[in-house]
Amino acid sequence: MGSPVSTTIEQRRAPWPVAFYRSAVGKKWVMAITGIAIILFVIFHMVGNWKIFLPDVDGIPDIDIYAEALRELLVPFLPEHVALWILRTGLIVAFLFHIHAAYSLTLMNHRARPEDYQGPRTYIAANYASRTMRWSGVIFLAFLLFHLADLTWGIQPMAPETWARGEVYANFVATFSRAPVVFFYIVAMVALGIHLYHGAWSMFQSLGINHPRFNHLRRWFAIALAALVTVGNAIMPLAVLFGFVE
Amino acid sequence: MNITLQIWRQDGPDRPGGFKVYEVDGISAEMSFLEMLDALNERLANQGDEPVAFDHDCREGICGACGVMIDGQAHGPQLGTATCQLHMRKFENGATITVEPWRAAGFPLIKDLVVDRSAFDRIIEAGGYITVDTGSAPDANLTPVPKPVADTAFDAAACIGCGACVAACPNGAANLFTAAKISHLNLLPQGQAERWTRTENMVEVMEEYFGSCTNHGECEKACPKSISIDFIAMMNSDYLRAKLKNRRLVAQ
Ligand code: HEM
Ligand code: FES
Repeated sequence: MGSPVSTTIEQRRAPWPVAFYRSAVGKKWVMAITGIAIILFVIFHMVGNWKIFLPDVDGIPDIDIYAEALRELLVPFLPEHVALWILRTGLIVAFLFHIHAAYSLTLMNHRARPEDYQGPRTYIAANYASRTMRWSGVIFLAFLLFHLADLTWGIQPMAPETWARGEVYANFVATFSRAPVVFFYIVAMVALGIHLYHGAWSMFQSLGINHPRFNHLRRWFAIALAALVTVGNAIMPLAVLFGFVE
Repeated sequence: MNITLQIWRQDGPDRPGGFKVYEVDGISAEMSFLEMLDALNERLANQGDEPVAFDHDCREGICGACGVMIDGQAHGPQLGTATCQLHMRKFENGATITVEPWRAAGFPLIKDLVVDRSAFDRIIEAGGYITVDTGSAPDANLTPVPKPVADTAFDAAACIGCGACVAACPNGAANLFTAAKISHLNLLPQGQAERWTRTENMVEVMEEYFGSCTNHGECEKACPKSISIDFIAMMNSDYLRAKLKNRRLVAQ
């Protein structure tokens, strides 16, 4: 019968959210929900950044005003930065769970087939996107760390030499005037698009959202989302590199 | 037809294995894949060689005993077909065909192409039944079941437990098998009493032996009964609900 590839039911007894997360089906629920949270962030982030295309307001770049407004979100109900940090914490937690679930399910899947097929495999349904989820994810993660060092933390040499806190527009133009940074950005966005091509379809299955009348829409949704996120983000560094935004 | 077979030979679980090449000529295109293997075995036996061990029983696609990896596809290149129902006319004359056993930690190899699928029995034992007094047969149509429900339950019940879903899955997951076995009972009125314990227990026993689903959809294509991955979504939904359900209200 083979040796168990994961913990047994007895070992999994715990308060229900913990027990749920210990199961692989539960981890897929968590991956899907954290995936949706990250998707919402990515869209919000992208739409916010489109402000680089807007004209200055009283000599101040529109996006700098927007960035300041984010720090003052929900002021005076909450002190400055608090609302932003609540959102950031949620996002960090979502990333940690998403990555932990991906990591531990990948190990489980390797244990489930310790000896691979010796002849060549012919796949009929599994596609490039679905078989490279962990690679597209890891490429994106590498980019994310670079991106934070570049524009959020201003760490050299990731950040441009002229980097200054709060000068969002100037930092933006400075960083994307460097062709290799733009190239890495585009590679990461293509990886994210590929991740979402499968992920934004797969999450419906993981969440048990399945209805014969609407199932065919799930693939179109994933294609549209992947295209929106990839193109919508890629146009910004390209606009800087080719001098449309300066 | 003349074909070249590249078959996995392995004397036992802990013995070294490898591909062996056999030239088989004079095969009829009307033969099933298993009949072709029979022809090979007859020749091997006549030469005093050890025949190739493979599982089979009904040879009409209903028992689920047969099943091997043929050219990297579970049950071979014809969709919705078990190995015993696959015919040699599906292959080109002169073709080289690679034959391998199912490979999964939950399906340890016994010999050549035969694997031990009793992990599936463990999953069924965990809840793949309804607990009733059998007694005498009840009148037909005593319990009303809407037609779409009956049809869907029947589609799930078509599972013959061959293990092709696990074999085809890049993750070695058994979610299609388990989902089909859970769904054909969970959909019907008779399955409601044990619906939540069944789902919880069968999913958790499944996860002791098999990998995790990443929705490749490879299982659905390999399934000789073309069982839909829609059932996996139903199982995922029921698994969360099983964790949240107020068990005192189960009979409602
Ligand atoms: C940071 C590194 C990341 C890693 C290592 C990673 C890895 C993975 C893996 C291995 C899967 C499982 C594939 C599957 O089961 O189908 C997955 C699913 C998914 N990922 Fe990611 N991912 C990352 C980032 C992201 C990001 C940034 C987003 C969204 C913008 C995202 C959205 C999703 C979605 C929606 C799913 C589908 C969940 C499901 O099938 O239930 N991931 N990810
Ligand atoms: S031998 Fe029974 S299904 Fe193939």
